[in-house]
Amino acid sequence: MINETVAVATRPLSGEKSSAAVNLERFVNRSRNGKIKIGARNKSQLAVKLLVLVLLSITVVAFVTFDYQGIDFGQAVTDTLHNIKTVFLEPELSRDTVGGVLYQLLVTFCLGTLSTLIGAVLAFFCSLLCARNIAHPVCVNIVKSVVAVARAVPTVLWVLIFAVSAGLGSVAAVAGLTFHSFAYLTKAYAESIEEMDHGVIEALKANGASYWQIVCQAILPSTITSMVAWTFMRFEINFANAVAMGAAAGAGGIGFNLFMAGSFYFDLHEMGLLTYIVVIAVVILEMISTKIKAKVK
Amino acid sequence: MQTTMDIFKKRKLTYTLVFLAFIAIFAGASVVAEFNPVDGISSFPAAIQWIAANLIPDAGAMERFPKILSELLETALLSVAVTVVAAVLAFFFSLLGSNITKINGLLKRAVRIVAAFFRNVPDVVWAMLLMFSFGQNILTGFFALFFTTFGLLTRAFIETIDEVSSNCVEALDATGANFIQKVFQGIIPSSLPGITTWVLYMIETNIRSSTLIGILTATGIGYLFDLYYKRLDFASASLVVLSIVVLVLVIETVSNKIRKVIL
Repeated sequence: MINETVAVATRPLSGEKSSAAVNLERFVNRSRNGKIKIGARNKSQLAVKLLVLVLLSITVVAFVTFDYQGIDFGQAVTDTLHNIKTVFLEPELSRDTVGGVLYQLLVTFCLGTLSTLIGAVLAFFCSLLCARNIAHPVCVNIVKSVVAVARAVPTVLWVLIFAVSAGLGSVAAVAGLTFHSFAYLTKAYAESIEEMDHGVIEALKANGASYWQIVCQAILPSTITSMVAWTFMRFEINFANAVAMGAAAGAGGIGFNLFMAGSFYFDLHEMGLLTYIVVIAVVILEMISTKIKAKVK
Repeated sequence: MQTTMDIFKKRKLTYTLVFLAFIAIFAGASVVAEFNPVDGISSFPAAIQWIAANLIPDAGAMERFPKILSELLETALLSVAVTVVAAVLAFFFSLLGSNITKINGLLKRAVRIVAAFFRNVPDVVWAMLLMFSFGQNILTGFFALFFTTFGLLTRAFIETIDEVSSNCVEALDATGANFIQKVFQGIIPSSLPGITTWVLYMIETNIRSSTLIGILTATGIGYLFDLYYKRLDFASASLVVLSIVVLVLVIETVSNKIRKVIL
């Protein structure tokens, strides 16, 4: 139907209009059977489609090649559901006191705070070295690649690596967590600095301001809001990471209690209560962070 | 002139106060966490020195390279598979949780709470919980990563759909399109770039997370690192670290390229 009307519309009506119609025909994109294509061919759409296809096929390959070791899937799922019920519906403290657990939560909180603070201070100075609009291009490239490598190493590996020279404990945990947050925040801060209005820096330079005057009077005031938002977002991540480091690298805090309850005493009830405490803490942090982000915007 | 001086004075005062607050928080947190700043600072150069001296792959480590490579490939496949399955499910969930496509307010609230639950329960807990029933199996890591990824992506997709699709869904509403038509003609085309960006980011994150979960559940590349690390075979452990770094950097570069084409 559509095809027919289109054909009628493009058919020359009179001698005068025919040349215009023929010229227009060059711009009409038709499929092989003469239908006009509606969707414009678009590089980005093609890329997305291709990406979806590639990812789906990788997923299929993954499921086919995984070594399931002949696991009884049904049995495992039933067991899991039963354990989930124990953990989340029957939480109970048997080994620790409420006060003790809350203190451990505070320790985790402090580990997160320390690593965020140190990471943020280091990252601020480092971001001055790798923001494209204020630093030398060679310096930018070097610092950015070093930071990219540091970011690519998982936090837990940093903690374990630091644990060899500093011993397992808060020093290794803070050092390891700091390393990753430093790398993450450097990138974030550098992007905030690159986004700022270049005119401000230029005006101060024209006035003969020194480097640190430019940093303190132009860069800090105009990027501080986005930096605060990034820092707080990183703090959320660091808190979650500090829980994980307590469990995986023996770094102390509530994560270590979780690890002991789950992998040592097999006390699922206690694990449930600890999990709830962590979840409540994270939700509170998330709410604060959302408020801060809203204020900053 | 007076006012300018006032601004500078005020700024100086703010900076000083913020600085003092930083120091106070730092000191308080150090006491609670039993963190000794001097130890912390001195551990940095010591650690760097140790890394430079010990974390260098040697001939023995190269012998283990094929094994590391196969575990690495499995980790990469795992994180893609987890992210894709979680993304598909999260997309359907986010349709119910979005303000634009919600079926009713109650369901929307429920979806958001479920997503928040899955997002905030630490993956460490999922890993230990699944360890009891699935044992040292790749599925332990799969589901542990899946739950957190699902929670995170549901929230991200809800935000993407709310941000991007409201105009075109309104237009489709005006033409009398039904729910399915709205989803396929309006929401998917308009939010797909945002969604793919999130998926690419999650694949990268999941590779890092799977190392942690591997250490806890004795599976995958994390286990391999832990094994060499505990054997004090730091040369092989460093090769594991290096291969993870290369994998993450490759994925980061590829996804940056893709993002540039898409956006």
